[in-house]
Amino acid sequence: MKNHTFFWFILPSLVTMMLFIAMPIGSVFIQSLHIEHGAVLTEVKNCGPFGCKMEVQVDVEATSELKKAKPLGKFNGFGTYNNRNHLAVVELSQAWNDSTNWGTYFRKIYNLPFYRALAFTLTYTFVVTPLVLMLGFCIALGVNSLPKNIKGPTIFVSLLPMIVTPLIGSLILFWMIDAEGILGASLQWLLEDPNLSLKASPNLTWVMLIVYGVWHSAPFAFIIFYAGLQTVPADTIEAAMIDGASRWERTRYVVVPHLVPLIVFITLIQLMDNFRVFEPIVSFSAQANATSLSWIIFNDLAGGEGSFFGSAGATSVLTILGVAVLLIPVLFRTWRDFKGKVV
Amino acid sequence: MTDLANRRPIGQKIVIWFFVLCWIIVAGFPFLWTMWGSFKVQGDFFSKADWTYALQGVRTQAETGAAFTGDGYFGAWVTKAFWHAALNTTIVVVSVVIISLSLGTLGGYALARSGKKYAFYLLMLALVFRAMPHITLVSGYLLPFFEWNLWGHLPTAIIVMVAINQPFTLWMLHSFFLNIPKDLDESAMVDGCTRFQAFRRVIVPVMWPGVITTGLFSFLLAYNDFTVTATLLSQSNQTMVPKIASFLGTTQTEGNVMFAVAAVVSATVPLFLLVMFFQRQIVSGLTAGAVKG
Repeated sequence: MKNHTFFWFILPSLVTMMLFIAMPIGSVFIQSLHIEHGAVLTEVKNCGPFGCKMEVQVDVEATSELKKAKPLGKFNGFGTYNNRNHLAVVELSQAWNDSTNWGTYFRKIYNLPFYRALAFTLTYTFVVTPLVLMLGFCIALGVNSLPKNIKGPTIFVSLLPMIVTPLIGSLILFWMIDAEGILGASLQWLLEDPNLSLKASPNLTWVMLIVYGVWHSAPFAFIIFYAGLQTVPADTIEAAMIDGASRWERTRYVVVPHLVPLIVFITLIQLMDNFRVFEPIVSFSAQANATSLSWIIFNDLAGGEGSFFGSAGATSVLTILGVAVLLIPVLFRTWRDFKGKVV
Repeated sequence: MTDLANRRPIGQKIVIWFFVLCWIIVAGFPFLWTMWGSFKVQGDFFSKADWTYALQGVRTQAETGAAFTGDGYFGAWVTKAFWHAALNTTIVVVSVVIISLSLGTLGGYALARSGKKYAFYLLMLALVFRAMPHITLVSGYLLPFFEWNLWGHLPTAIIVMVAINQPFTLWMLHSFFLNIPKDLDESAMVDGCTRFQAFRRVIVPVMWPGVITTGLFSFLLAYNDFTVTATLLSQSNQTMVPKIASFLGTTQTEGNVMFAVAAVVSATVPLFLLVMFFQRQIVSGLTAGAVKG
């Protein structure tokens, strides 16, 4: 295809992506270097029955004028990155000096909002992804051995957790594990602990969110693996059988190697999607016990105490860096494959 | 696979059947339960005392005189004006699907036919864009949108979602167009068509299966979105998902959680129908990019 034809074909798509994906990334970075204006203070003489005093007052008019003139706020350099709510450089070194062992050090770090969110986001990403791969593979193997006429309905039900809106899906689970919901009440009865509340304990909240994550994403892995299983070459399987391979050996040495490209694909998509975990925290109202990077950005923007664009910007830039770190191996691999193809 | 390879000992069969059955229950039961419960009163849906209340509707019978009640639905749709949110969702979803497919088919076709190095780099760029958490992008929009008075309107949310959707749409349509033989449009060009005429007259008539599949995923992205709609739309323009999220705060205190339950079930129904009618397309779409490698 000629270069200029290509250009006109791709232009509309490219323009929207540049305007609404590339530019915001730049704008987020600029925002992160600025901080909200403080209130403009003026000194006013306030005279009462007991004499006159000089008082400091907020000049509302001047403040709103300043905000209008410079909506971005004042330049702050990397100040926002270093403050307590983000990388917290000072607090980190202080905690290091104050702690005698790693345990107390990590506990102190965990009290800093950014590291708290990072800890949950990373745990979620790296626990959910392998579990999704394993569960998805098992379901695919199971469904693949069902008789043909019940495969369709099985796949239909299996797709539901993935298709349903994440916020809605997590709400549905949340209502069931509520202390008065069916699962929550059953657990209380099973464990004979009437005060058991999955919401109150930090550990159980993490478990709950991870269970939701696996429930939500397993169908995706299942469908991909299931489609992959249809393409496993029958000759190789038969050859392995003739060579006396057991069912387990056939799965391990023929089926799994055949599916390796799919494992890479699912891992890539899952890492990207799990790293942005957000909706379940909202519907589980889990913010007291678990926050994610996406959640703290959302809280800065729409948390009810006004919008902190500088703070949200700084967290966003750090999140994007995190995504970049996750993506580098994949991009490198794809690039190398591409080079190999061309040469 | 041959029949011989599928023959299993009975014990293994039982284990597999049991496992699949467990999964079916885990995947499907929550929806069934919530749908059933949405026709009950709160005392039954959250029945701590005796879970069989939820089945028999003991309190529902006491409060409303029948075993099933539509009070939750009435409250959500009429009292809380959920119909307005549903209308907004319809507008947003239809627009997003149409616009992103129009842009995506052109772009995806160009990427599939280019064969140049920069097409590959554009695809890689799209992959990087696909990985960006939506909320980080939203935090870049908010301030400019406030300043230019674009915030809160449906068209703003629509165009933002179209953009966020583009990387995925491009990838998917690109792989569909790769499956359409090159000879088709090239022979049209030999016959004197320009590239665009070849696209319009030869490719457009045969591309619909791929476009429909991609459209389903655009639909899902727009329908399921919470991040963009919750932050970029004003209260009066809210779509269903942020509306449900805002129900959480208000209804819990007012004691009508059932409104939220009814709204949740209402919002799930279109998705159910979607999977029911388009299961084959969804499965083929999910696997399109993956299985080929």
